[in-house]
Amino acid sequence: MILLRTVDLRKQFGETRACDGVNFVVNKGEFLSLVGSNGAGKTSLVNLITAHLKPDSGQILFEDHDITRMTVAQRIKAGIARSFQIVNLFDGLTVFDNIALSIFSREGKTVQIAALADHDDEVRRETLEVLGQFGLRDKSSVTAAGLAQGERKLLDVAVAYALRPKLLFLDEPTSGVSTGEKAQIMDTVSSVVRAGTVTAVVIEHDMDVVFRYSDRIVMMHEGRLLADGTPDEIKADKDVANILLGAPLSA
Amino acid sequence: MNPVARRSKVPLLAASALALLVLAVLPSFIGLYQTQLLTYGLIAAIAALGFNLLLGYTGLLSFGHSAFFGIGAYAVAFLARDFGVRSMEVYILIGLPVTALLSALFGYISVRHTRIFFGILTLALSQVLYSLTYKWFWVTGGSDGLRVPRPTLLAGFMEFVGAGSFQRFLNAYYYYVLVVFAICVMIMWVIVHSPFGMALQAIRDNETRAAFLGIRIRRFRWIAFLISGTFTGLAGILWVPLNGLTTPEILYWPFSGEIVFTALLGGFRAFTGPIVGGIVFTYLKTYAVATTEYWQMLLGVVLVLLVLVLPTGIVGALSRLTASLRRRKP
Repeated sequence: MILLRTVDLRKQFGETRACDGVNFVVNKGEFLSLVGSNGAGKTSLVNLITAHLKPDSGQILFEDHDITRMTVAQRIKAGIARSFQIVNLFDGLTVFDNIALSIFSREGKTVQIAALADHDDEVRRETLEVLGQFGLRDKSSVTAAGLAQGERKLLDVAVAYALRPKLLFLDEPTSGVSTGEKAQIMDTVSSVVRAGTVTAVVIEHDMDVVFRYSDRIVMMHEGRLLADGTPDEIKADKDVANILLGAPLSA
Repeated sequence: MNPVARRSKVPLLAASALALLVLAVLPSFIGLYQTQLLTYGLIAAIAALGFNLLLGYTGLLSFGHSAFFGIGAYAVAFLARDFGVRSMEVYILIGLPVTALLSALFGYISVRHTRIFFGILTLALSQVLYSLTYKWFWVTGGSDGLRVPRPTLLAGFMEFVGAGSFQRFLNAYYYYVLVVFAICVMIMWVIVHSPFGMALQAIRDNETRAAFLGIRIRRFRWIAFLISGTFTGLAGILWVPLNGLTTPEILYWPFSGEIVFTALLGGFRAFTGPIVGGIVFTYLKTYAVATTEYWQMLLGVVLVLLVLVLPTGIVGALSRLTASLRRRKP
């Protein structure tokens, strides 16, 4: 069942075509990896889908509804959340509060001005649950700025996950961390996401990670979709191999 | 928010009650002049508390808060001159919506921008108000300002006429301001510890991420501006009966600078910072003015030292000192 579909989506920055008529499909329940070399248009595509950028033309359909003109807040309400390539946290708040805020926002409770945040037992219980799922419970009272890079990456994903989205975009969740931490982060993220029946789209450069965790892989090149298939199909695709090795595409 | 269990409010309540008790008994020991100064200090603390909701919690530096202080003061002066109102409660009840309205308007214009653009907008808007007050002398009294007679307190139950009325007013007014101050502190504490307050801090720390949690940034900033301006306006309402006169000077940009100074002095990253800053600044300025004709230079030196030596303000420095002493304990 199709969850999200883009139709002829285009975005140009000067002479550069970041998205050049992209028809991208995400099926419900899958763990999809979006790959491609730097500048392929992966982050631009995610930015367009999450309303961080406005498309020049084309359509974005989510659950068969046109969301092309929706604001960030409306898309979040519809069920689309994201994490960022460069960790984006509330550094002055504790790890606990980073997650709690996400839950308050999802529940529409951030407008509460005359109630103490720590008196909301439901939010506290759910926050602890999310922290436990991401292995961050021991760090709950530490400020986000005080976390190690790997933990910050996990918290970044956890903040987006706490919105309980239907579709979660993770922009390079393992960039800037050690090889050992990569596996740990991806194990945690994939188990939480799959257990929570969330559809996930991961932008990733590390092909070992991609092949290990993905149900399906979509490759972008110069603003277009180049390949789409299972990890085995992608492994066998010569164009993909050529791009990854820097060789020219087959005719 | 405490990670596992709700944090006990008992120590906080005990400390607040103790501070309130100290403030309540102080006039018996410090004399009338010091009581008057302390009243000014508490009023400055209310203004700074409101200002700091924007600076400390929302990350917006306003250079125009003199406008709200001034509009509060002038609202009282107009009520007294044009409508013959003498009740302090009426001053507050009418003055607050007036300042809220102006804050809403200025906020609507200003929160569309951040950083220096926000600061300049607030400065410009406040200076428009200053110019109008200064030039429309037939309405505002111009540079002569407007006199405000001593009001009645508690719906007319306390009147101050006859011999010794000034002394009685100063004493009674101190407690009146102290009660309003306590209520303001309580309200602001709840606001900054509410989900709304948490969202403001999130906007301060990372606007982009806050937007991607579905928080409507501009609307939240506008509400914070509205509350902030109204608190500062209340300070203006309380200030003018004590001062007996309001002039355009309180709308002029150096007065906005004093409010910024107050928050920096106490420490804008701590809830109690602006309170301490308000009281300390009042004494500092009063004694600087009494000591030297170059008092502005003296305050300037203090400001420079503050930024260089105590960037987290008095409260921030004390907190760090306490934390380091705790760490040293075996």
